Amino acid sequence: MIEKSRLQIPRPTARPGDEPDFSYLDLSPAGAIDKPPIGSRTRDLEFLSSGLVRVLDDNHDAVGPWDPGLDPARLQVALRWMMLNRAFDERMWQIQRQGRISFYMQALGEEAISIAQGMALRAGDMCFPSYRNQGLYMYRGMKLIDMMCQCLSNTRDMCQGRQLPVMYHSKEGNVFSISGNLATQVPHAVGWAMASAIKGEDHIAATWLGDGSTAEADFHHALTFAAVYQAPVILNVVNNQWAISSFQGTAGGQRRPFAARGLGLGIPGIRVDGNDFLAIYAATLWAADHARRGHGPTLIEHVTYRGGAHSTSDDPTKYRPRDEWKSFPLGDPVDRLKQHLIKEGRWSEEKHGRLEKELKDEVQAAWKEAQKYGTMTEGPWLDPATMFEDVYAEMPQHLESQRRRLLEILAED
Amino acid sequence: MAQMNMIEAIRSAHDVMMEKDSTVVVLGEDVGYFGGVFRCTDGLQRKYGEHRVIDTPIAEGGIVAAAIGMGVNGLRPVAEIQFADYIYPGFDQIVSELARLRYRSCGDFFSPVTIRTPCGGGIRGGQTHSQSPEGIFTHISGIKTVMPSNPYDAKGLLIAAIESDDPVVFFEPKRIYNGPFDGDPDKPGVSWASHPKGEVPEGYYTVPLGSAEVALPGEELTIITYGTMVHVSIAAAQATGVDAEVIDVRTMAPLDVQTLADSVKKTGRCLIAHEATRFGGYGAELAATIQKECFYHLEAPIRRVAGWDTPYPHAFEWQYFPGLKRVSASIRRVMEAE
Repeated sequence: MIEKSRLQIPRPTARPGDEPDFSYLDLSPAGAIDKPPIGSRTRDLEFLSSGLVRVLDDNHDAVGPWDPGLDPARLQVALRWMMLNRAFDERMWQIQRQGRISFYMQALGEEAISIAQGMALRAGDMCFPSYRNQGLYMYRGMKLIDMMCQCLSNTRDMCQGRQLPVMYHSKEGNVFSISGNLATQVPHAVGWAMASAIKGEDHIAATWLGDGSTAEADFHHALTFAAVYQAPVILNVVNNQWAISSFQGTAGGQRRPFAARGLGLGIPGIRVDGNDFLAIYAATLWAADHARRGHGPTLIEHVTYRGGAHSTSDDPTKYRPRDEWKSFPLGDPVDRLKQHLIKEGRWSEEKHGRLEKELKDEVQAAWKEAQKYGTMTEGPWLDPATMFEDVYAEMPQHLESQRRRLLEILAED
Repeated sequence: MAQMNMIEAIRSAHDVMMEKDSTVVVLGEDVGYFGGVFRCTDGLQRKYGEHRVIDTPIAEGGIVAAAIGMGVNGLRPVAEIQFADYIYPGFDQIVSELARLRYRSCGDFFSPVTIRTPCGGGIRGGQTHSQSPEGIFTHISGIKTVMPSNPYDAKGLLIAAIESDDPVVFFEPKRIYNGPFDGDPDKPGVSWASHPKGEVPEGYYTVPLGSAEVALPGEELTIITYGTMVHVSIAAAQATGVDAEVIDVRTMAPLDVQTLADSVKKTGRCLIAHEATRFGGYGAELAATIQKECFYHLEAPIRRVAGWDTPYPHAFEWQYFPGLKRVSASIRRVMEAE
C-alpha cells in the first residue's frame, strides 16, 4: 500500500439527528487522581493534565485527596450563587426574546466555574474573564440591577451605551472589562501578574477563555510570557465542547487535552471536572497557592458542556443533537452540588424549590427596578454626546468639535 | 546643555523618567542586557535592574498585551517594537484593546503604555525594515501618534508620551538617529553636533503632545511634513530658492490644525511630504484638513510628495525614497501652478 499525506477534517461524534456520543471524553473516577504538593516539578505533575480531577462521585459523596473539605454552610452559599447565575440568565434570555435587549449570552451548565473560582480566589486577585463569566461579576459584588442596566444600555449603564450586552467591567470587584474580541484578555492577565511580581505583591491574576479561542495567538503569547517570567497567574480553559458550531476538535482538542497545552513550556496543567464545584474549588486553590508561593502559572482545563446556545443569535439545533447536554457524562453542576448537600443532610428538594422561587423573585424585582433607568423603547435616555468622552483622558479638539456638531444636529430635531 | 544624537536623547528620556517614577518599566526584544539593537535603552538595565528593563520573547503581540496588563496594574510601561515593520502581530492588541480600554470601561480601566518603534527607510533595510506605517495608527481612535524629527523633540516628546495617561505610538525615524539627513545619500553623513536641535538638556523637560512646530519660517509656500522628511524638505526649499515655511507636525494625532492652517493661510500654497506610501496615507488627511480650513486662501492645488505605492524595494531604495530631487520638483510644481 502506498502511504500518502492526507488532510484530516475533525468531525464531532454527533450532529443533529445522531445519538449523542461522548465516548471521546477520557473520564477518571472521582477521587482517583493524586493531589501532588505545591511546587512539584512540572514533569511530576504531567498526570494532572491527562486525568480528570473529580471530587463528587456518582453517589453524590465528596471523595479523594482533592476534597477541599468545605463547610456545608459555604456550599449552600455557593449553591445559591450558582442558582442566582442561572435564574438571572434565564430571565435575561427571555427578555432578549421579548425584544427588550439586543443580545444575551448565558452560562447554562458552566456556573460552577465562575462561582467556585470566585470563592477560591482572594478579593485582591485580579480576574480577566470571558463573556460567560457573569457569575464572577455577581460573586464579586456587582448588583443584578447594574448588570441589567448594562444589557439595556440605559442611563445606569456602567458602559454608557458603548458596549454590547454582557461586556461588563468592575473596577471595585477587580474584574476586568470584557473586550468582545476573544482571548485578548489572556496575555493581559499575564502582564498584570508580572506587574504584581515586579511590585512584590502577592496578588495573582486569573483569566478565562474557551476551548475554541485557545487557537488565538494571544493564548500562545500568554503561555510563553507566563512560563518565561513564571508569572503568578491561573489560565483557565473552559472546554465546553462547542465554539458556536465548531466542536473542540476544531481547536485541536482531539490529540491532547487543552490542559496539556502548557506542558511544552513547563506550565503544569490540571484537567478538572468543570461541573464539579468541589473539584474546581480545590484545583483553583492549588493553582493559587502554587502561584502565590512563587512557583508560577498553572493552566486549568475545565471539562464542561455549553448547555445552551452560544448566544441569543445562535441556534445550536442546526449543528448538534438537540438533547446532547442530557447525555453529557458530567451532568449539571447545579444539580450535582444540590444532590451532594441533600446527601449530607444539609439541603432538601423543598428548600431548593423555595430558593429557586426566591431568586426568581429577586431577579424580577431587579428587572422592574432596572427599567426605571430606561429601556430600548422608553426613556430616560443616555446623552449621545457622551460618546465622545473617554476616547482620551482629555477630549482633544477634533472630538470637541465633532461633539458640538452632533449637538447641533440633535438640536435640529 | 549637552550634545546628543537621537539615540542618546531617547535613552536620556528613559533614564529621566525611570529615575523620576518607579512605575516606569521598559520591555522589548533585546532592550535589556544588550540595550536595544539601536542602543536606545543601553545601560538602563544595569542602572534600574532586570525587573524594570525586561528582555522579552520575540512576540510583538505578547509584548503589547503584557504591557497593557502591566499598565492596568499600575505600572507605566514603555514597550519597544524593534522595527515598525514588526508591529503588526501586536496590531489587534493596540487597536482593539489598548486604544479602547478607557472608552469601553468609561475610564475605570486604562493602560498608559508607550510603544516606541523605529521606522522609515534609508538604511538599506529592504521591505521589512523600512516601512512608515504611522498613517495606519493615526486612523485609530484612542491612541496618540508621534514622530520626532530631532534629538530635542525626541526626548521632550518621549517624556510627554510616558507621562501621558493615553497610549502613545512613538515612531523614531531611524535614518536620522545619528544625524539629520537632507535626502541625498551620496553626501557624507552629518552628525547632530552641528544642529541646534542636537542641544538637549540633561534633565527633565517636555515637548507637549499635539503641537506642531515651524521648523523653517517662510512666506511663499507651506511644506507640511514630519520625521526625516523635515530635513529633506528644508534642503529642498533651500535648493529651489523658494521661501518655504516647513512645518514639523511632530504629533500626527491629535493634530495641531491651527499651526498648519495659520501657515497655509499666510502662504497660500501647500505641499505635503511623507516617506510613507501615498494612497490612503496620512497626507490625504492633511490635504483634506487644509482644504477645509484654508480653501479660500489657496492659490494652487495642494500636492503630495510621498513614497511610491509599492513595498520598499531593497535595491532601489533611493529611487523609492522621496529625496531632494522629488521634493524639489514638487515644490516647483506647487509654485508654478495657478
